[in-house]
Amino acid sequence: MSKKQDKTEVETTGHSWDGIEEYNNPLPRWWLWTFYLCIVWAIGYSIAYPAWPLVKGATTGLLGYSTRAEVAKDIQTFDEMNAAIDAELAAANVADILPNTPLGDYATNAGAAVFRANCSQCHGSGAAGNVGYPNLLDNDWLWGGSVDEIAYSIQHGIRNETDDARYSEMPRFGVDEILEPEQIDQVVEFVLQLSGSEFDAALATEGAVVFEENCAACHAEDGTGDRDFGAPNLADAIWLYGGDRETIHESVSEARFGVMPAWGQRLTQAEVNAAAVYVHTRGGGE
Amino acid sequence: MSSSDSTPKLYKAREPIFPRRVSGVFRNLKWIIMILTLGVYYVSPWLRFDRGPKLPDQAILVDMANRRFFFFWIEIWPHEFYFIAGLLIMAGLGLFLFTSAAGRVWCGYACPQTVWTDLYILVERWIEGDRNARLRLHRQKKLDFRKARLRVTKWIVWLLIGLATGGAWVFYFTDAPTLLVDLVTGNAHPVAYGTMAVLTATTFFFGGFAREQICIYACPWPRIQSAMMDEDTLVVGYRHWRGEPREKHRKGIDTSGLGDCIDCMACVNVCPVGIDIRDGQQLECITCGLCIDACDDVMEKIGKPRGLIDYMALTDEPREIAGHAPKPIWKHILRPRTIMYTGIWSLVGFGLLFALFIQPDIDMTVAPVRNPTYVMLSDGSIRNIYDVRLRNKHGEDRPFQISATGSDDLLVDIEGGTDQTVLVPADGTKLQRVYVIAPAKSGPATSDRTPFTMWVTDTTNDDRASTETVFNGKGN
Repeated sequence: MSKKQDKTEVETTGHSWDGIEEYNNPLPRWWLWTFYLCIVWAIGYSIAYPAWPLVKGATTGLLGYSTRAEVAKDIQTFDEMNAAIDAELAAANVADILPNTPLGDYATNAGAAVFRANCSQCHGSGAAGNVGYPNLLDNDWLWGGSVDEIAYSIQHGIRNETDDARYSEMPRFGVDEILEPEQIDQVVEFVLQLSGSEFDAALATEGAVVFEENCAACHAEDGTGDRDFGAPNLADAIWLYGGDRETIHESVSEARFGVMPAWGQRLTQAEVNAAAVYVHTRGGGE
Repeated sequence: MSSSDSTPKLYKAREPIFPRRVSGVFRNLKWIIMILTLGVYYVSPWLRFDRGPKLPDQAILVDMANRRFFFFWIEIWPHEFYFIAGLLIMAGLGLFLFTSAAGRVWCGYACPQTVWTDLYILVERWIEGDRNARLRLHRQKKLDFRKARLRVTKWIVWLLIGLATGGAWVFYFTDAPTLLVDLVTGNAHPVAYGTMAVLTATTFFFGGFAREQICIYACPWPRIQSAMMDEDTLVVGYRHWRGEPREKHRKGIDTSGLGDCIDCMACVNVCPVGIDIRDGQQLECITCGLCIDACDDVMEKIGKPRGLIDYMALTDEPREIAGHAPKPIWKHILRPRTIMYTGIWSLVGFGLLFALFIQPDIDMTVAPVRNPTYVMLSDGSIRNIYDVRLRNKHGEDRPFQISATGSDDLLVDIEGGTDQTVLVPADGTKLQRVYVIAPAKSGPATSDRTPFTMWVTDTTNDDRASTETVFNGKGN
């Protein structure tokens, strides 16, 4: 490869515009081959893999690859990986699942997924509840806040048609004319007094008698409620339906009937246990 | 050569280059740099560094699976990626500095493409002989046994070097001795084999066949470099005012009117990118300095001063043509631009060193839960929830205690622990749910936002770290 002596003279294409000549700096030939190779590769690729759109779907490719199948395979892989600990979780007594153990961490994380998919519609994605749907973050529990009680509530639900559901029914004191309208006004003032809100002292004194005769059986004489009946504590700062005069009046007069499905019918035992552990570790667990 | 009636060629075959052996200052420098860079590259994964029983003992390890980077006593976690970013900034500024001072010195001496190509050319010379022998072999059309033997031997050695190159790469990502056994016994992960195969192939192809084509057509760095060079930047140049008119010194010719260049083509024959430096600055030139060595050698033999081809700056040409003495190299290098680059480079370096020394062994990130912003408890007190990510960089499990300062009314509790204390695994993190409670009617409970400081304390040695955060009350 002897060098040309007058290399300073650069080859031009011979094109000339207004005296401006075009240098010929040809591409390296391997670059052209790379380009052809890419075309060959693309053809092979579109035969081997799904590529060409058809009216319905697309060509499937000789290798039969599909992203959907890949996802299904991944899910199956994870299910297989979790099979052992899932069985352990299903068989465990929920009260024995300790925090900061592999089983406890698995239950909490699995429970978070179960909660987001099944519970958040009513109880909120942050478990903070809504009007009529209990806040699961606080320390006020209608039916009990131990992990066992929570698991039972999830498994069998509240006031549904199943036999083992937690059940109670508050009388409709106003609608069914069990109490006179003025008696309802009186007991509402007494309930406001119980929870430390502003109240009418004269009416509340009368209301205390009404309360003792009609409400104390479930809500207890001091108004602290009874978990056996899911009777709310009326003496604390938390209200499920609202703590203002009108709402309490409505609750006494028309009663409340909060319902929750028996999730044991839809979820596996492991999922119920996981959800119980998750709810129990949101801050209010007992 | 230009002709308007013949169609110009659109594509050009690579012209084979057969660099001749040369010796001299710059060749020696290149050998030393090759030994250093390749030595560091091949040996580093095998260095050991004891970090205790629960951590790997490989001195330099990029542990992708566990998201850790180990470098001797330094351990970098993903949230400290700014160290890597800082090092990359330093590397970038370093390239700016070296480029503005000495031109394409990276290309000529330290670039992996150059180093491996140099090594491959060395192997080629050992097996097929020097330039003339290789040229003869190349021109020999007939594939006889000798040519086949030489070619195959050369390719096998190239492939072995490529294999070692790819092999060394994968050793940085997992325990090297274990992986070596796995690789040999066929038990290593397919990704390891795949990576080695790809790197072997690219090394073999780039170092053996593509060579200067990579620098000329594939690499963006030479294009960027030209923006950082100025008329004081060192480049390899030919003192044409001294060398011209060039003429071969045959017997009986009058040499009195001739320049120092005897047109021996030594500078062209040693050039790894196949150019003639006497044509002036060319984009192919990687300033490796081998033509300087070759020319100096010839100048010495014919009794002329060295430096006909030399490192010089563009400003030297008019100055020397006008008869002034050459400007010393250091005067080219020391100028505001390079001094500024050095300053910024050092600044980043000191900043990183400083960050490294104050880097704590415990750390936390506090994420206040906003869904809901607060929870009212049955006694009317207000509770906020925080997802706290605790990080323990020690080689053993450590008990971390959470506390809060900034308001006397704020009480701290944690999920699933006692004494506000939780055990964080060795060299690991723990996501802990932390509760902060303000009693009913207290200041924080009745105001909108109360800033406070959350602390994490390693109860074994009282190391602490803190984060400013906010308590949300229910307002008035």
